[in-house]
Amino acid sequence: MAEPGHEPEPGGASGPAAAAAGPGRTGAGPGRALVYVYGVFAVAAGARAGVQIATKFGAAPLAYSLSALAAAIYLVAAVGLARGGPGGRRLALVCCTVELVGVLAVGTASLLWRHAFPDATVWSAFGQGYGYVPLVLPVLGLWWLRRAR
Amino acid sequence: MPSTAGRFARRYSDPVNSALANAVIIGALVLAAAGGLSTLLDRPAGRVLQLGAVIVQALVLALTVTTIAAVIGGDRPEEAATFAGYGLTAFALMPTAVVLARMEPTRWGSAIIGGAALILPVLVLRLQQVHG
Repeated sequence: MAEPGHEPEPGGASGPAAAAAGPGRTGAGPGRALVYVYGVFAVAAGARAGVQIATKFGAAPLAYSLSALAAAIYLVAAVGLARGGPGGRRLALVCCTVELVGVLAVGTASLLWRHAFPDATVWSAFGQGYGYVPLVLPVLGLWWLRRAR
Repeated sequence: MPSTAGRFARRYSDPVNSALANAVIIGALVLAAAGGLSTLLDRPAGRVLQLGAVIVQALVLALTVTTIAAVIGGDRPEEAATFAGYGLTAFALMPTAVVLARMEPTRWGSAIIGGAALILPVLVLRLQQVHG
């Protein structure tokens, strides 16, 4: 195990005082705000990708698949953060890392090879279409995972 | 310069581009500022902030009802499915934020309401774009 001696108690019936930055509580404090934003992004990106894949998948298969993948990762990250504990933390860590790599890689690729992305993805131009939140979100997530232990 | 009749028709057939939509945007921005201030002052989401969220949600409800009425009355958004998706998201955004903020009686509860109030105007703008 990566963090011996830091077993968070299950259940999570936290009092107001425990909410700030208790050990292992990735779903409380700033984490709860992160869970909310991740949830909104999962719904927004997922619904948009779903519609695009259902109605015009042929127009930009790579872009729409990437958007759907991003939505799935946001959802899993939200669940990981909300659940906390060693499992949830590992889940969130993997998702935030994949997101950061994804937004940097797809962001760069979308600028270098524009023809490969006829339609925008969540991560195109480093998340410009979404106010760069997709770029900031994994950084905040990783920061919070480091802090809340 | 659109004619008076044109303006009249537009006003009653296109709620997402109406004064009501502007009211949602302005109300949400005020709430976002209040949420940000409350976060900076290290205060949980108190009565004022929650009441503000209820008022903004009442405006969203009015916008939703008039939009549904317009769609029933023959208004067809360009990308109907996407339009419905953004509409549903906009409708569920604030109630979800209030529920989470009540679970989080710290400054971060205020941050959740402030964050939601920042996302809402974007959704209304997207609704306007998708409507065409």
